[in-house]
Amino acid sequence: MTDNDIAKLVQSALFAVAPDLEGETVGPDVPFRDQFEIDSMDFLNFVIALHKATGIEIPERDYPKLESLDKAVAYLKAKGFAQ
Amino acid sequence: MIEFKMPSLGADMDAGTLVEWLKKPGDAVKRGDIIAVVDTQKSAIEIEVFADGILDRLLVEPGQRVPVGTVMATIREPGDLADAGLPPKAVPSSASPPAAKSSAPVAPASAPLVAARGEPRATPAARRRAVELGVEIASVLPGPEGVIGLGEVEAAAGARAPAKPQRPGGISFDEMRKAIGAAMARSHREIPHYYVSSTLDVSPLMAWLEAENTRRPVPERLLYAAPLIRAVARALMDSPELNGHYVDGRYDPAEHVNLGIAVAMRGGGLIAPAILAAETLDLAAIMERLRDLVARVRGGRLRSSEMTAGTATITNLGEGTADSLMPLIYPPQVAIVGCGRIVERPWIVDGKIEAAKLMTVTVAGDHRISDGRRAAAFLMNLDKLLQSPETL
Amino acid sequence: MTGGRKITYREAVREALREALTRDERVFLMGEDVGRYGGAYACSMGLLAEFGEERVRDTPLSESGFVGAGIGAALGGMRPIVEIMTVNFSLLALDQIVNNAATLRHMSGGQLSVPLVIRMATGAGRQLAAQHSHSLECWYAHVPGLKVVAPATVADARGMLWTALCDPDPVVIFEHAALYNDESEVAAGGDLAVDIASAAVRRQGTDATLVTYGGSLKKSLAAAEVLAKDGISCEVVDLRSLRPLDDRTIMASVAKTHRAIVVDEGWRTGSLAAEIGTRTMEQAFFDLDAPVGRVCSAEVPIPYPKHLETAATPQVDGIVAAVRGALRR
Repeated sequence: MTDNDIAKLVQSALFAVAPDLEGETVGPDVPFRDQFEIDSMDFLNFVIALHKATGIEIPERDYPKLESLDKAVAYLKAKGFAQ
Repeated sequence: MIEFKMPSLGADMDAGTLVEWLKKPGDAVKRGDIIAVVDTQKSAIEIEVFADGILDRLLVEPGQRVPVGTVMATIREPGDLADAGLPPKAVPSSASPPAAKSSAPVAPASAPLVAARGEPRATPAARRRAVELGVEIASVLPGPEGVIGLGEVEAAAGARAPAKPQRPGGISFDEMRKAIGAAMARSHREIPHYYVSSTLDVSPLMAWLEAENTRRPVPERLLYAAPLIRAVARALMDSPELNGHYVDGRYDPAEHVNLGIAVAMRGGGLIAPAILAAETLDLAAIMERLRDLVARVRGGRLRSSEMTAGTATITNLGEGTADSLMPLIYPPQVAIVGCGRIVERPWIVDGKIEAAKLMTVTVAGDHRISDGRRAAAFLMNLDKLLQSPETL
Repeated sequence: MTGGRKITYREAVREALREALTRDERVFLMGEDVGRYGGAYACSMGLLAEFGEERVRDTPLSESGFVGAGIGAALGGMRPIVEIMTVNFSLLALDQIVNNAATLRHMSGGQLSVPLVIRMATGAGRQLAAQHSHSLECWYAHVPGLKVVAPATVADARGMLWTALCDPDPVVIFEHAALYNDESEVAAGGDLAVDIASAAVRRQGTDATLVTYGGSLKKSLAAAEVLAKDGISCEVVDLRSLRPLDDRTIMASVAKTHRAIVVDEGWRTGSLAAEIGTRTMEQAFFDLDAPVGRVCSAEVPIPYPKHLETAATPQVDGIVAAVRGALRR
């Protein structure tokens, strides 16, 4: 799985929790919170969606590592999600 | 006979369009009653009457635009005889601008007779569409022939202006802003607010939550909003003067806490649907309701009961915002609880300075029902509950 | 289906009669002047020579008598087509049609069938004055036990007769007198029969629905064309069947356009337009963005002078005005 594929997966997790964002361009290095007014509920749902899509256990202290598209991709890769 | 005239509602207003009559001929009116809604291009404004009497004749049709000073209706004072169909005085009183003389407000001959009923003439399709779009039919400006049709409703909702951003469910930003404006203007006008606030140490709550979330699998994790909502709901059960509806001069304390949750919309705007009987729900259930509410706010699919059943409201600013807020009560409720963001600050515990997680909670109460002391008692109670998060 | 060809409404009726006479030997045509004269509107011209006196029968001037004879023949196993010159004259046969043809299946507990087809001309527009020009379709559409159809197009004139003959119950076919010379393309061969139960959307639109039938269809289509130039998009529903009415097609259209105008050459009072308007309010009230409009004939016996006849019946201008009224623009 390429970085691009993982980025797509992250984006679809984001759009699944915030369908009103569907079709928006996601800046790779801007925190989702700043880009899209993502609140804590949206963010939790986003983490749940990522967890469901990848099977990775994401502890709460790691949440800051998922705050932007680039960071989220790097985090998932570091957790061994590549195949 | 008293003449009710198109008022000047601002220095730049020279004319206004009647949106609707809220009273009909024969109704008793007293000083301060709102009898009409007038659109001034900036906003729809409710017009009050400044005399007591019986509303006699309505001289302006909904949809008509008339200059300031135009006689819009006549009001019979005690002792006056009913107007036996005499034509209205064509000459406005001396206070009116001369321009009003030539445009004396006589309804056109073809005017529909039902206009005087004071109800907007809206088509069945328009009424249904207004419900779908969340548009108040009374706020829609009638079109030709004084009729509110589909076109007028959709125009009011901004549905026909693709340039305007649309929310899911077809609610327009403009319309929402208008609705918030109307509700908050009423709140500000009618409710004598008082404010009481305390800074609460939520360190125990946050420590407990962290431990709890470490233990819980991702899908079952909690937001601090959940225990906060539960604590507020329980504290409100012990503060009946903060939880209920004030309608027509009478206060009805509520049996349950239907807690309105202020949810911000992306792009601006706010909706506060209620979690019904929140005091009966455990944390998992509250979390589930909260998740569901937020999703449906985003998707524009709220139920009318959620929008009207709230008995008190909580507004929680959340991360990355401000320390405290002074919210306005959402009528007919009588209190709103505003929670600032959680900040880490020095805090003195047992004579020693410690780093603590703090939240400033402000209660806005309605002086017609209660005084600040009640809200202070509520805050003390809330603080106590938050110090033992494991019991929530 | 083979390639198309252009024929008139009159020729379509004649072809349909010829087909019926050819396909089923139980079929015969009778009526005033249908044989030697070739029919009041020349629909059966040449059929007498082709099929002989047994099957194309001139009758005395006695509507009650020959419609009654048709009912008897149908009861006896034949498939008669009875032509009545105009709907005005059919009133002489109302007793036979309403009291016998329409009732016998029910009164016999289903033992008797009256597979009779009655064709008659209807409507104004040819300066035939008040005793030959009325539109009384709704009188028949009122009666349970009858099916009532109004072919408004050449294809329906060609295709409805056979389907009507196949029906086990009496069917009344209204041919609007102003349509006989209309020309249109129809398929050259193959099975041209069409259903006689459904309405047809003759033009798609989004702003208003014109519900019409028979001779008013082409006026409604012309009005839709005029309105289209102003950006008003009309849907035109041709009822085709006046009894039973195809509510579903009407309501589906109103749900889309939110405005309905019924164009009906009958008089307004107690008209088909009244029935359709009421059904629309019963079934589509919350879809409506305007009161249901009606364009009907003036409540006078249809006048003889051309200008008065025109003024008394629905015209394109009136339909256009009614649509604008419903749209409040």
